[in-house]
Amino acid sequence: MELDRRAFLKASAAVGGGLALEFSFPLSAMAAKGLPPTEVNAWVVIHPDDRVVVRIARSEMGQGTYTALAQLVAEELDADWSKVSSEFASPNEHIRRKRIWGSMSTGGSQGVRSSQDYVRKAGAAARIMLVEAAAARWQVPAAECIGANSVVTHVASGRTLRYGQLAADAAKLTPPKDPPLRDAKDWKIAGKSKHRFDVPDKVLGKPVFGVDVMLPGMLHASIAQCPVFGGKVKSVDASAAEKMRGVKKVVREGDFVAVIADSWWRADQALQKLKIEWDEGANGNVSSESIMKLLRDGLADSNLAEARKVGAGATALAGAVKVVEAEYYSPYVNHATMEPQTCTAWFKADGTLEVWTSTQNAEASMAMAAETAGLPLEKVEVHKPMLGGGFGRRGAPQDFVKQGVLIAKAMPGTPVKMMWSRAEDMQHGYYRPASLVRMKAGLDAKGDVTAMQVGIACPSILALLRPEAINKGIDFTAVRTLSDMPYTIPNQQIDYAMRNPHVPVGFWRAPGLQNAYYRECFIDELAVAAGRDPLEYRLAMLKPGDKNRLVLEAVAKAANWGSPLPAGVHRGIAVSDGFGSYTAMVAEVSVSAKGELKVHRVVSAIDSGYVVNPDTCNAQSEGNIAFMVGATLYQENTVAKGRMVEANFDQFRLLGISEMPKVETVLVPTGGFWGGHGEPGALCVAPALCNAIFAATGKRIRSLPLKHHDLRKA
Amino acid sequence: MLKLNVNGKTRSVDVEGEMPLLFVLRDHLGLLGAKYGCGIGACGACTVHVDGMPVRSCGLPVSAAVGKKVVTIEGLSAKGMHALQKAWIEHEVPQCGYCQTGMLMSAAALLAAKPKPTDADIDQAMTNLCRCGTYTRVREAIHAVAKAPAKKAGA
Repeated sequence: MELDRRAFLKASAAVGGGLALEFSFPLSAMAAKGLPPTEVNAWVVIHPDDRVVVRIARSEMGQGTYTALAQLVAEELDADWSKVSSEFASPNEHIRRKRIWGSMSTGGSQGVRSSQDYVRKAGAAARIMLVEAAAARWQVPAAECIGANSVVTHVASGRTLRYGQLAADAAKLTPPKDPPLRDAKDWKIAGKSKHRFDVPDKVLGKPVFGVDVMLPGMLHASIAQCPVFGGKVKSVDASAAEKMRGVKKVVREGDFVAVIADSWWRADQALQKLKIEWDEGANGNVSSESIMKLLRDGLADSNLAEARKVGAGATALAGAVKVVEAEYYSPYVNHATMEPQTCTAWFKADGTLEVWTSTQNAEASMAMAAETAGLPLEKVEVHKPMLGGGFGRRGAPQDFVKQGVLIAKAMPGTPVKMMWSRAEDMQHGYYRPASLVRMKAGLDAKGDVTAMQVGIACPSILALLRPEAINKGIDFTAVRTLSDMPYTIPNQQIDYAMRNPHVPVGFWRAPGLQNAYYRECFIDELAVAAGRDPLEYRLAMLKPGDKNRLVLEAVAKAANWGSPLPAGVHRGIAVSDGFGSYTAMVAEVSVSAKGELKVHRVVSAIDSGYVVNPDTCNAQSEGNIAFMVGATLYQENTVAKGRMVEANFDQFRLLGISEMPKVETVLVPTGGFWGGHGEPGALCVAPALCNAIFAATGKRIRSLPLKHHDLRKA
Repeated sequence: MLKLNVNGKTRSVDVEGEMPLLFVLRDHLGLLGAKYGCGIGACGACTVHVDGMPVRSCGLPVSAAVGKKVVTIEGLSAKGMHALQKAWIEHEVPQCGYCQTGMLMSAAALLAAKPKPTDADIDQAMTNLCRCGTYTRVREAIHAVAKAPAKKAGA
C-alpha cells in the first residue's frame, strides 16, 4: 500500500508545505510507479496498473469508516477489491476545491450514513465514465459494454480493457448527473465482512497515530493547564526547569504553560519543576456537591423550557390510579481516549503551517490552526493520522490544536510535537454532562401509562460548543430519548433546566445516552408497578411497524426472553433509537451474596437500515458494550475545589478483559434508511444492566456508577 | 552513553539512567510501536519484553534494561509476522489500535510461557486496558493461535 500514512508523512516531511499546496496526489504514489494515477473524480483515483485508491474524508478511529466507505465506492465502481485501498483526502486541497469531499466531521455515527449517497454516486459515475471511454475506443455503443471487477467488456465481441487502461480517457468525459445506484440485495463488496485496511499496520506497530509523527529536528512538548477551568496563568518561575537537560523553551500562554525539550520525558520532567501560580478565577470553590445543588435547584425552577408537550401534559397525572415517581442521576464522565490529546505543528520558512493531529474533524482543526496562527486557510495543511480513540473528544473542541499551534509558534522553523500527560487528559476533558432527572408517571387500572412528566437538569453541550444550535432554550442533546419517546403515552410533559457549571461538557459517545438509562429504567419501574413483564409492557406501548418494536422482538428471540436461566442469573431489557438506528438489548447478570456483580452475557439487536461491513458492525457492538459496562460500573469524574479529582486509570477504571461479558449481536437491517453503528449500541447498556440488577436483587439503581451501590440483596 | 540491546541490535543512547525505557525507545531510538497511555503502569500500552518477560516500559528506568534483551513490537518476529499478529488480522482484533502493540506483547509472553492458556490464564496475564473494547477478539485470537498446529512462535 504505497499510500499509507507513513509514506505520506515521509513525503510531506521531505517536500514540505508545498506538497499539499501544489500536488493533487500524494507524491509517494506517483514516485512509486513512475506513471501518474488518474483522478477520475474526487473520490476515485485509478493507477495504470489498476490499483484503485478511494479518497476518504472522514477520520478513522477504529470504527471502520476508512474501509466501509471504500467498500461502497468500490461496489458501485465494480472494482476488483483486491486492488482497492484508501487514502485520506487533504484538508487543504478540500478547502481549495470548495469542500469537494463534503463533511470531514466524524461524529454522531455519521461517517457512513451521511456520506453513503455521494460516495456511492461517485463510484457509479466513475464506472459509467470508464465504460463510455472503452466504448469510444472500440467505437461501439456504451450500452453494449459492462464494467465489472475492474475490467470493461464489450459483451458481443468479448474484447476487454482494464480500468487502468481507461482511467485517463474516462477522466476527460462529462460525469453523469444522477447515476443509478445498486440495490443492496445485489451488493458484492458492500455488505460483506471485508478486512479493514488499517489493521495490518496497527498490529505491526507502524507509526500511524498522531503521537507517532516524527519530523526532522522535531522537539517535544508537555503541557500544564490551569487546574480550574477558566483560570489563567498568574506567574511562572521557570528558573529550575530551564536549566534541565534537553530543555529548549518554556512557553507561557493564557491558561497553560508548556515546556519544549528534545524528548517528551525531559519536557515533562521540567514541567514538574515549574513553579506556576494560577489565577483560578471565580470557580475555585465549585464541587460535585455544589453542582448537584445547582441541578436540583434547576428542577425546582418554575419556569423551565418546554422540550415537549403531548395531550394535556402533566395535568393528566391528576386522573391516575397510581403515580410512580423517581429521580435519577449520572455523573460527569471523561472520554479517556487511550492516545492522549496531541498536536504537532510546524511553522515553516515559506510562511505555511503544517499540523498533524488526531482529529475527528480536520476542517475544524484547520480552522483552529489558521485562526490561532493568524494565517489564511490556504497556508495551512492538516494531516490526519489514525486516532488512538475519539469517542467525541477530538471533534468540536479543538483545544489541543490551539495549544499545539501556540507552542510551535514559539519555535518558528522547528516542528514541535505536543502530547498531554494522562493526568492532563483526565482533568481537562469535555466531559459527558452530569445530569439529574425527575420522572413521574400516572398509570390506569390496567397499569398502562396515561401521563408522564419529566424534568431534566443537565449542562448544555451546545451552549459551549455550538450555541447556534440551541432552539428556544432547548439543547436537543440534553433532552432527546425523553423528548421523543416512541411510546404511545397520551399525555407527556418534558421540561429542561439548562444549568451550566464551569466544567466543560462535550459530545461523549452517544451524547444524551444518559436519558436512555433514565427512561428505560423508569419504564421498568412502571412495568413492575403494573405487575407486568417488562418486554410485554414495552411492546404494548409501541405502534405496529415501529422499528423499536422490531428490535425488541429480535433481541427477545435471540436472548430467549422468558426462558429459564441458570440459578442466580437474571435478565434485564431495554430499547432505544438514536443516531439513525434502532437498538434493543438484553443483559444477563448475577449478583453474589457479597454483592459482587458479574455480567455474563449481553445480547444486542440493531436495525441500521443497511449494513456495509457486518464484522465491523459487530466490533462496534462489542466496543459499545465494553465502553458502557465500564462506565456503568466504575466511571465518574468528580469535582473538588473547581478541579477534576481523578487523574489516571487507577482512579478512573476501565473495563478489563476478565470482566468482558459474552456479546451476541443480531444485525437486523430492514432497509430504506441509513443508521449508524458507532454509538447506537451504547444506548441500552446501562438500563439493560441496571434492570437485570433489579431482577437479581430487588434494588433499583437510580444513580451511576454502580461502584457506589451495595448490591447485596435487601 | 548507555548501551542497550534492542531487537537483537546494540544501540547506544545518551540519556539519563532514570529516563523510562518507553521514552528512550520512542523519542531517542525512533521505535514508535510501544505507546504512552498512563505513565503509571496501569494500561499496558507500553508493554515490551525484557529478557522475555512482559514489562511496562513507562515505569522501567532505562538503566535497569542495560545488559538485558529488550524486544519491542518491531522485533516481535524476526521475519514477517508473529502467529499472533496474523491471528490479530484474521480476527480483526484492533479498533483504534493504540493499545494493541502492548496487547500483542503481553499475549506473546503469555503464549511463550503457556502455549495452551486457559481463559483464567488469559484473564490473569492480559491486564492491558483497551478503551475500544476489543477484549472478546483478543481472547479469541489468543485461543486460535494456541489451538493452531504446533509452529514455532515468531515463524
